[in-house]
Amino acid sequence: MKFGVVVFPGTWSDRDCGRVVTEVLGAELEYLWHQEKDLKDCDCIILPGGFSYGDHLRCGAIARFSPVMDSVVRFAAHGGLVWGICNGFQVLCETGLLPGALIRNDVCEFRCQWTHLVVERDDILFTSTLRRGEVIKIPISHGEGNYFADAATLSRLEQNNQVVFRYAQPDGHVVPAANPNGSIHNIAGIVNREGNVLGMMPHPERCAEPELGGTDGLRLFKSVLEAFAELVV
Amino acid sequence: MAAKKLREVALTEAEYQTIVELLGRTPNDVELGMIGVLWSEHCSYKTSKPFLRRLPSAGSRVLQGPGENAGVVEIGEGWAVAFKIESHNHPSAIEPYEGAATGVGGILRDVAAMGARPVAILDSLRFGPLPASRHLFEGVVSGIGGYGNCVGVPTVGGEVYFEDCYADNPLVNAMCVGVVRTDQLKRARAEGDGNLLLLVGADTGRDGIHGASFASLELDDSSEQRRPAVQVGNPFLEKCLIEALQELVDHPAVVAIQDLGAAGLTSAVAEAAARGGSGALIDVDKVPRREGGMTPYEVMLSESQERMLLVVERGRQAEVMPVLEKWDLHYAVIGEVTPDGVLTVEAGGRVAARLPIEVLTEKAPVRTLRGRAPNPTRHRLDLDSIPAEPESVKGSLLRLIGHPNLASKRAVFRRYDHQVGNATVIRPGGDAAMIRVHGTRLGIAMTTDCNSRYCELDPYLGAQIAIAEAARNIVATGARPLAISDCLNFGNPDKPEIYWQLEEVISGMANACRALDLPIVSGNVSLYNDTDGRSIFPTPVIGMVGVIDDYTRRLEAGLAADGDFVLLVGASGNDLGGSRYLEIEHGLFAGRPPEVDLLGERAAQEYMLAAAGASLLHSAHDVGEGGMLVALAEACILGERGVRCPALASMGELRTDALYFGETQGRFIISAPSRSMPELQNLARRHRVEIQLLGMVGGADLEFEGDFSVTLEEMSRLYYGAFD
Repeated sequence: MKFGVVVFPGTWSDRDCGRVVTEVLGAELEYLWHQEKDLKDCDCIILPGGFSYGDHLRCGAIARFSPVMDSVVRFAAHGGLVWGICNGFQVLCETGLLPGALIRNDVCEFRCQWTHLVVERDDILFTSTLRRGEVIKIPISHGEGNYFADAATLSRLEQNNQVVFRYAQPDGHVVPAANPNGSIHNIAGIVNREGNVLGMMPHPERCAEPELGGTDGLRLFKSVLEAFAELVV
Repeated sequence: MAAKKLREVALTEAEYQTIVELLGRTPNDVELGMIGVLWSEHCSYKTSKPFLRRLPSAGSRVLQGPGENAGVVEIGEGWAVAFKIESHNHPSAIEPYEGAATGVGGILRDVAAMGARPVAILDSLRFGPLPASRHLFEGVVSGIGGYGNCVGVPTVGGEVYFEDCYADNPLVNAMCVGVVRTDQLKRARAEGDGNLLLLVGADTGRDGIHGASFASLELDDSSEQRRPAVQVGNPFLEKCLIEALQELVDHPAVVAIQDLGAAGLTSAVAEAAARGGSGALIDVDKVPRREGGMTPYEVMLSESQERMLLVVERGRQAEVMPVLEKWDLHYAVIGEVTPDGVLTVEAGGRVAARLPIEVLTEKAPVRTLRGRAPNPTRHRLDLDSIPAEPESVKGSLLRLIGHPNLASKRAVFRRYDHQVGNATVIRPGGDAAMIRVHGTRLGIAMTTDCNSRYCELDPYLGAQIAIAEAARNIVATGARPLAISDCLNFGNPDKPEIYWQLEEVISGMANACRALDLPIVSGNVSLYNDTDGRSIFPTPVIGMVGVIDDYTRRLEAGLAADGDFVLLVGASGNDLGGSRYLEIEHGLFAGRPPEVDLLGERAAQEYMLAAAGASLLHSAHDVGEGGMLVALAEACILGERGVRCPALASMGELRTDALYFGETQGRFIISAPSRSMPELQNLARRHRVEIQLLGMVGGADLEFEGDFSVTLEEMSRLYYGAFD
């Protein structure tokens, strides 16, 4: 299978994601420049972290108008896998592919630190090799990762089981003390109803090698690769 | 010449007379402004230059020494490290967020101009004590994060200190480290008659005019009015600029790249032309502006950020432009390289300024002043008047590790993205940080260090210690120190005591550099760090890089495995002068800093590298401020492991307080499995280094049996909670 990593001006996790795909995972990779509409037959599109267009106006607000996003929206509508990480999650919310918004961290500071996430869904491709209820360790790095949605949206999300990751203690308990940014219901990542569009604030590409402090992030990349291989068979 | 006009360009009457002599005529206003900024202390180093020549800058690995945008050293496998540290003190005093942000922006461009990709930022920061200095501290930390996080270069290290002397004059020294293939190294030489000068990046505005001159004056009540001299940063534009330069680095049409920093276009063009032995013709009408009505004077002196000057082969500009357009960068051909050695500025078809390059650069004046040592009896310490037994060793330890100057700076570095790039294999919080070079096993260790209290007590010794300690930080990771970039922060050198400090510090540095075989390849001098007549401590911040061939063999400070032995490397003495223990426990700032035995220092470092190279060690930590016990506590906290030690027998002349908290140089805390012990002892004999067994890793307490015991939980709470 082939991963596509979208590059907006101001994106900086593009090469980190790209190296994980090619050097650690050993999969195929295309970088997709924001002004191109051609998704180059990629099977999973990653919207990586960074400050697309300087995050001017609002995080992700300008990126949604990029030519490449028209193609990504169509791709998602046809069931294509779209994975927004950090700024990519913000872009997905701005685009309307995912509900809610990411607002300023409640600590009013940027936070770069490790977090523990409890996995709530293992029936989607992105988490196919994980188990529901298990705890994984992935770092965050953002100033505006505080997930917010109005009450109706939130209750729909919970009812439809769309929350994939919640900030938790190492033992899996979801408590306020484990929440690094004030996200409502400790939400760290959500998926659309169809299960093909995932948005998450933590950076799985930053923990795909033991030398960087952990490999839980690699398990997400492997999930996509393995699930896709089965799908094609 | 009107005194007011001369003050505006920070020139003296005598300097004005020299200008008239050199030119054989009176300069016009544009010329006077251009000469004023380039002859400022900030650009010309006129006071420090005679001393700087004493510093060694050559070495077998040095590809580029001082005088370029950044220094460059080879690290093997075809790779080199480009790095530089620079001050942004005065702008940060006036406008902390933008001052610090643009400090980061400027140093990134210096490294990018060498053709390197910036891979790490470090920041050495000094403020007055909290809470009074909270606004400066908050603003500076936010500014560094705001710029560095957006631009996507990890901020991996640095220092944060709080001392009264920095209350009104904080120090913000930013260091950038980049990597470059040795065959893609660029140098900012404007060469080739007729080649084009391409200005790329931000449009030029009125911001930052006279920034360099402002940096060369003391701060006073009128400094607030100089707020317009502080620039505003745009990290998004910088990110696009860096990516575009990376795409152009190996393009044959790009002859040279030069950053526009202090003194803007004037300095960039003059320096590039001076290096190329050429001249330049600039048409200011062609410079893209962000506001109307700017005079040639303003265009030539603007310090608008995020601008770069490219020298492009004549006729080949069309090859370069697609890359600039891809990244939505503004650009304009603003002039060309000339063979005449003269910088000619045209505006409206007329010559606005015409100055020989050498008048702007090498003919800048050099000042030799007279220094005077301060009264030798000040800060005298009588150790006999202090009880040698601390009231409670445990109590002292807890107060030391909970003090903002010694406690963890996690509250600061978690506000910086220190992981982007997937290369940070040693994260902030230990001795030195380490960045791996993708596609290789090379690891680049990096640190900044200076104990300015030592330098105030004895500038010569303090400077030696700054270098020795920075080297120990690097060595503690298993990497070999390679080279230095220095940022020399001092008060007003017109005061004989300050001038004396400058001379002593540079002598001490030169001595330590030679003994430890460390060249200084780039740097910056910041003088006039005075407020209302009060000077900062002499603060020669040492930025250092080192290399390890295989980063998977790196060492970290935290204890790594239960059952390991814990040892102290290096002999201990009654070195309490200038120590944190005396300050925090006895309210004393006094004494002579520890002596540095440079041969012994080198032996200890070589011992550590031999032990690390033979994979004998599991962890290593430099013993610095707070002495052996603070270093041991840190090794426990960082490794989340306890250590049990037999009671320490007092040894001969060694005082109990010095045993635990003395700051004798040349020491490390190491941990190693028992199988390593025989070889560690052999190596110690061979290198003539003392090692002493302290105890064994295990449990959840730091314990000296029969003396005291403290839990990891209590130490961690104080160590990580100092800024809550």
